[in-house]
Amino acid sequence: MTTTVAAESISAIRSAIAAGETTATAVAESTLARIAETDPRIHAFLSVDRDFALAHAARIDESVAKRETLPPLAGVPIGIKDVLTLEGMPATAGSKILEGYRPPYTATAVRKLADAGAVFPGKLNCDEFAMGSSNENSAYGPVHNPHALDRVPGGSSGGSAAAVAAGMVVATLGTDTGGSIRQPASFCGVVGVLPTYGRVSRYGLIAFASSLDRIGPFAANVRDAAVVLGVIAGHDPLDATSSPLPVPDYTADLDKGVSGMRIGVPAEYFAEGLDPEVRSAIEGGIEKLRAAGAEIRPISLPHTRYAIPAYYVIATAEASSNLARFDGVRYGLRAPQSDTLATMYRRTRDLGFGAEVKRRILLGTYVLSHGYYDAYYRKAQQVRRLLTEDFLAAFREVDAIVTPTAPTPAFRIGEKSDDPVAMYLADIYTVTASLAGICGVSVPCGESRGGLPIGMQILGKHFDEASILRVGEAVERSMLA
Amino acid sequence: MPEMERVSLEDVRRVAELGYLELTAEEETRMRRDLNAILDYVAQLSELDTANVEPMAQVSDVLGLDADATPEKASVLRDDVPGPCLDRERVMVSAPETDSVFFKVPKVIER
Repeated sequence: MTTTVAAESISAIRSAIAAGETTATAVAESTLARIAETDPRIHAFLSVDRDFALAHAARIDESVAKRETLPPLAGVPIGIKDVLTLEGMPATAGSKILEGYRPPYTATAVRKLADAGAVFPGKLNCDEFAMGSSNENSAYGPVHNPHALDRVPGGSSGGSAAAVAAGMVVATLGTDTGGSIRQPASFCGVVGVLPTYGRVSRYGLIAFASSLDRIGPFAANVRDAAVVLGVIAGHDPLDATSSPLPVPDYTADLDKGVSGMRIGVPAEYFAEGLDPEVRSAIEGGIEKLRAAGAEIRPISLPHTRYAIPAYYVIATAEASSNLARFDGVRYGLRAPQSDTLATMYRRTRDLGFGAEVKRRILLGTYVLSHGYYDAYYRKAQQVRRLLTEDFLAAFREVDAIVTPTAPTPAFRIGEKSDDPVAMYLADIYTVTASLAGICGVSVPCGESRGGLPIGMQILGKHFDEASILRVGEAVERSMLA
Repeated sequence: MPEMERVSLEDVRRVAELGYLELTAEEETRMRRDLNAILDYVAQLSELDTANVEPMAQVSDVLGLDADATPEKASVLRDDVPGPCLDRERVMVSAPETDSVFFKVPKVIER
């Protein structure tokens, strides 16, 4: 086995460990060495804990020595976005307000990875409280896109996407509220899955917007992403919105191809504002799906243009409520020398929160405040229903929908950081699925002339991850051909 | 066009107080500019007639509309029975100020 562990698939690592060709400890050592060598240029990791990783790896090696049946992710190095809790490791959420915090419990999705034998080398950089589309809102500094170091990796799960793209880990977990898995996957040239709302428990996810937040995997290929999804999905008594629907084997139908599948192409996602190189790459991908036997159907999702405004009202309203818990009382930062409780709250939040988080708390508080609730919040929730009904109607005609993941390839660090509306438009093709609760995946679908990755977004109906992964596998295969 | 602006400096101060945020004068000006830019963009929602549309707060609100919906698709509540809690010591170790039983805070009652 080569020293570049992340060039190996999950099944290759697991079987090499099972066959005694390598050990989980050797895989972990190689991962840590790769991070030490690569990450100073990328800054994907906010914390790396050598002892923590090696202790998990040693447990896998003990299992091998005892000839026990190895779990599905035995010895596989997986990175975790720093908005998810993992007992024994920090969880900053990219914010100064949680600097030094070590949560006393583990998120359900992370615990399921641990139970499946995964090894965690560290926690991954992200926009503060997952609020951002470029990773520039991290209080600990931006992540650099491995394909072009002067460009953003996308956000908010920029560290999760970049760590896979740079070959530091085999897979990662990210979170997606308005596009925060799919858009960085597109910018970094990796696979990123947005599971259906309710498919993966949110317990242990530091909440941004609870009706939109989802946890999902990044990997270098569709199959590995499907394997990780299968491990983290399922009902959890600790999240009342998690679905009791049984979890299928997401790898079972991957190789079935797209022959006979009906794939919708919505005109609204190919309108003004789409970069010509992105358009040409996605149209090329669609032609390959047609050549592979899919029936391509033009469709319309007429309320698409209202998704960004509706999203920013709903997401900020929920954020203003969720972030009220950061008050300096129970964990994290507390501003010193405050003589009253109210002063302590205000100073702590002033010191601890960055500009984008304050902007969203203010906007969310404004749209929920007396006199504006109906005009903004209620209105946005009504538009959310119209957008969702667009998708439900479309999925009566088609099995999946394909679009560009983002209107452009990765932009330059600093390019949009002074214009919040321009930054929000980076999510124009991703917020729709977030509001509707449907599933999606971004898969690499070519490059710009300058060598920047371009992602195709494949959207599917609620709880039909199997279909979008099957289309994704076909796209991946057509790119290799 | 200050008279056209939706959000005044007073509005920014009011919501900052509601959200327990302390803003510098510079931040107040910047936030006023940004909130106005964002709300100008949000204003296009008023083009849509939503008089007969029910608000959608959660994804579970619409799963019943799906043609092949099953009752299992909707989320369910667990039984309300007490279970084990996090150990106090492990929780209190994260507190900025504690006597190991309670969280300590500055005085609450102002005179």
